[in-house]
Amino acid sequence: MRAMVYRGPYKIRVEEKDIPAIEHPNDAIVRVTLAAICGSDLHMYHGAMPDTRIGMTFGHEFIGVVEQVGSSVQNLQVGDRVMVPFNICCGSCWYCTRGLYSNCNNTNANHYAVGGIYGYSHTAGGYDGAQSEYVRVPFADVGPTLIPDWMSDEDAVLLTDAAPTGYFGAQLGDIVEGDVVIVFGAGPVGLLAARSAWLMGAGRVIVIDHLDYRLEKAREFAQAETFNFTEYRDIVLEMKKQTDFFGADVAIEAVGAEADGAFFQHVTASKLKLQGGGSPVALNWAIDSVRKGGTISVVGGFGPLFSNVKMGDLMNKGLTLHSNQTPVKRQWPRLFEHVRNGYLKPRELVTHRFPLEHITEGYHVFSSKLDGCIKPLVVPSAA
Amino acid sequence: MAYTPQKPPIAESSDALRERISGWGVDLDPKDRPSARRLVFQENTGAHWQFPERQPQKWPRERSIEHKFLTPVFGTACPPKGLSGTIRRLAYARYSEGQSAHWLLLVLADRVDAWEHHLTSFLTLRPDNPITETGVLSEFTRHGLSSRFGQHRADLKHQWLDPIVVAGPWLAAAWLVFSGARKLVRRAQS
Repeated sequence: MRAMVYRGPYKIRVEEKDIPAIEHPNDAIVRVTLAAICGSDLHMYHGAMPDTRIGMTFGHEFIGVVEQVGSSVQNLQVGDRVMVPFNICCGSCWYCTRGLYSNCNNTNANHYAVGGIYGYSHTAGGYDGAQSEYVRVPFADVGPTLIPDWMSDEDAVLLTDAAPTGYFGAQLGDIVEGDVVIVFGAGPVGLLAARSAWLMGAGRVIVIDHLDYRLEKAREFAQAETFNFTEYRDIVLEMKKQTDFFGADVAIEAVGAEADGAFFQHVTASKLKLQGGGSPVALNWAIDSVRKGGTISVVGGFGPLFSNVKMGDLMNKGLTLHSNQTPVKRQWPRLFEHVRNGYLKPRELVTHRFPLEHITEGYHVFSSKLDGCIKPLVVPSAA
Repeated sequence: MAYTPQKPPIAESSDALRERISGWGVDLDPKDRPSARRLVFQENTGAHWQFPERQPQKWPRERSIEHKFLTPVFGTACPPKGLSGTIRRLAYARYSEGQSAHWLLLVLADRVDAWEHHLTSFLTLRPDNPITETGVLSEFTRHGLSSRFGQHRADLKHQWLDPIVVAGPWLAAAWLVFSGARKLVRRAQS
């Protein structure tokens, strides 16, 4: 089969690989019909995620058709059209049985902190991902679900990560009616978090980024107020002014490890990899922009090492910080309703479709923010 | 404002927001959100086992020592091999995730892995090609210049570093090969 493979920082190519095999009785093999490139794939692409091995296939947002099932699979059949959460989860460990599917204890041998994730380095379990023609799906009776007939493929693929993560980010903010919510980052997750904040009763939603075309999308898609931080000497002070020197009630960090906006922080973290956890620029801005006693929600992806986070301000302001990888399966029933009712339209964020054979171009365009790119999809040749 | 008991007022009332924004407030009740309570027993996860059947190991699978045992299911991509594999096995065998040495060894192994593959690729019919593998040619077809300039982008301030970060290790390696070869030639001549 054809598959994207990692060849080192900033380098990938498409190669011929063996079609994955059933390795466990509850595995399924899925033929990928549509995949996406996620902002967090860029952390691996840039060489920022430890234990990203040469030859790894990325891709954790995908839908497809079941080609083969293991002997113990009961809920799926060959030919089913399925959407697969980015979390690989067993459904039976202490965490899964309490709804923390993203913290599954039985799927990531390499690291305790996070459960397994498709195509997300060995830090997330060493599973090959779905930017390929076929993918192995462990615990086929737990994660995947059938794609409803009424749902578009674009909505379905974005419901495997970006949409649930944006919605989950808003939930982690514990928003109550009338809250002022600042979202840092106008990528797909930030835009969906901003839109979701309204569903939870926010009184004002502000989105901050440095890319004008994404801020334009934030105004259109999320009906949010927008600020380009490069136009202000001090974006934190501007947020104070905007809120009558009170601060926001909630800040959602939807940028993660490669946040820009402070030269020293960005270069030491993202370019020179001296802050192994990543650049905390947006997180520090979030800490300083919320009111005392406010809430910070972190859904941006960070690496497992240290970062220069402003813990003093976090502690002295009495802030509550919530974070996690999104337990996708737990969000789906509500999100299916919201998509069907038209309250959330994830498909409107798709800007590019790249054939798998041209995925190298897709990564460069998305990574370098060229051509108005917000959400690129990948179409495998066997789709 | 924060100096008095009242919060600064919001410009739009809830009724006005409900009118303007489709779906405003449909998840207003914080207790009625999917992950409102972090730990909620899940009635039906799809699992029909108490503990999953174990996936067979094809090689002694490296694992975090923070796990009591190898997880019943694991990924099988890219088994560790070569010098990078030795470094990775050491990182997993000796250090927990709480120790920086664990991660720093894995980062080192990543760089060694990249060089092992770059060098061996030159022994194949498909050597690594920094032009096609970086996708840099899309700068010409995907509005590289107009996407960057006049757009208030923060990354323009440090973009000059990118060629150094990407090409620097290649140039350094080329210089090492060249200087080593020159020394050998001079030694042979003298």
